[in-house]
Amino acid sequence: MLDIKNIFKTFNAGTVNEKTALNDVSLCLKDGDFATVIGGNGAGKSTLLNAVAGVWMVDSGSISIGDTDVTSLPEHKRARYIGRVFQDPMMGTAATMQIEENLALAARRGKARTLRIGITKKEREEYYELLKILDLGLEERLTSKVGLLSGGQRQALTLLMATLQKPRLLLLDEHTAALDPKTAAKVLDTTERIVQKDHLTTLMITHNMRDAIVHGNRLIMMHEGKIALDISGEAKKKLTVEDLLAKFGQATGSDEADDKLLLG
Amino acid sequence: MISFIGTLPGAISQGLIWGIMAIGVYITYQILDIADLTVDGSFCTGGAVFVVLFGSGANVWLALFAALLAGMATGIATGLLHTVCGIPAILAGILTQLGLWSINLAIMGMKANVAINVTNPENLDKLLVSLRFVQDVAKGTRPFTRHPIFVVGLFTIATIAVLYWFFGTELGASLRATGANQNMARAQGIHTERNKVLGLMLSNGLVAFSGALLSQYQSFADASMGKGAIVIGLAAVIIGQVLFSKLFHNFALRLLAVSIGSMIYYVVIQAVVSLSGIDTNYLKLISAVIVAIFLAIPYWKARSFSKPVKKGGKAHA
Repeated sequence: MLDIKNIFKTFNAGTVNEKTALNDVSLCLKDGDFATVIGGNGAGKSTLLNAVAGVWMVDSGSISIGDTDVTSLPEHKRARYIGRVFQDPMMGTAATMQIEENLALAARRGKARTLRIGITKKEREEYYELLKILDLGLEERLTSKVGLLSGGQRQALTLLMATLQKPRLLLLDEHTAALDPKTAAKVLDTTERIVQKDHLTTLMITHNMRDAIVHGNRLIMMHEGKIALDISGEAKKKLTVEDLLAKFGQATGSDEADDKLLLG
Repeated sequence: MISFIGTLPGAISQGLIWGIMAIGVYITYQILDIADLTVDGSFCTGGAVFVVLFGSGANVWLALFAALLAGMATGIATGLLHTVCGIPAILAGILTQLGLWSINLAIMGMKANVAINVTNPENLDKLLVSLRFVQDVAKGTRPFTRHPIFVVGLFTIATIAVLYWFFGTELGASLRATGANQNMARAQGIHTERNKVLGLMLSNGLVAFSGALLSQYQSFADASMGKGAIVIGLAAVIIGQVLFSKLFHNFALRLLAVSIGSMIYYVVIQAVVSLSGIDTNYLKLISAVIVAIFLAIPYWKARSFSKPVKKGGKAHA
């Protein structure tokens, strides 16, 4: 489903701040794969997701989603295939617009925006039912401005928006990191349900090793712009945090990994 | 006092005309979150195109429409400077505005002002709005329906109706999303750059249309007629917001508030002039000070009334 081949990305090339954020990364996700991505600060996790989302173009290499080579497609065109939830709850929704308007915008992802009415009556009824899935009571607040919602509510809404049009690929960039533990658990639970229900191919960055182990069928660990570990199948199911730390040490030849990762 | 009341219909008419420009400013400043300084130039472009075309015998509606299109072109220019050339929006607007100074003069045949011949009654009758109609209606020589307040009022309602419809469509909603949150908009597949050009085009089209109405009203276009237009537009937007934000939540009503804000601005200015006898050359200073104060108030309020709240709950740095 997702096929990343030898991508490179260097920021501030030719300056003292030069930073190779992605160094020959290749990754192939099968249809329905749910991969979690961990790694310390600056390991290239978010850079990888941004490369796939098309926030900027990669220096070299190629990215395909399904049969489509998206390497040179701009962000808004790739959005047709990709649903995204960001770390910052403010980033995924339009605060000055109503809940139903945000959903209506998301329902038209990848379609031409015409002069037809922006939200139909039938859609409103659909959204009412859909919001019930979140179990946050948002279905009774369809016309509330999103700016009035809490961070957790906004992330849950963004998640719903990202999957309203079934995406070929779902990108979650530490989408629970800015939430309090209880809310984070709830949003993660909702994520799991939606991903299972729609059988979505998902790439989820997390800073929490336990979450990375519990969720998904594949675990990817990044280090210095490379994929240091890629564990799937039975091996992933049996994985513990201690195993992971040990494996990471072997793969990168460093033991500074533990605190970096745990603090990461 | 009596002289002030006598000037009220004129002030309200002017306020309504500038109100259409202010609605254009609202589109960029409030909806797209861009401070677009093109308007100081495009306002005059509209006036110049109208006066020249009408003066050469064109139909008044055609001349108005041409002014609208010319304004849209100026918006596209700023939009492309901003999106394709990566120039910050404010600077892009200033560049277009500067360039338009020459273009506006060129449209007017390199003259600083061009007048419509309104001493010819046949010509005068063809106009939709004119300063003279205010007196004519008062004297009873023209029907009430030719009063500028009535005519421009209809234009305003039509403008608001069209914008209300447009911003409710899929495309219009995507424009609002572009202004509200570009990251979100792009993630939802919205072409934010194109939308910014579109918004600037729409806004400057309205601004030029308003300029065309003003030159028609005063029966001349002047190269400096748009000077400070952005400030008047902002004043109208802010006055409308301060007075009606609690009352008007509907989008159409908020646009109406902008138009009312513009009328209030002109009536207040007229009051200051008639009642204090101040030199009218000070008006721009007064406008600038008023707008500066209104822009500062929300900032001061936020600083003095809200203590910074530390968000807890983050387990680690």
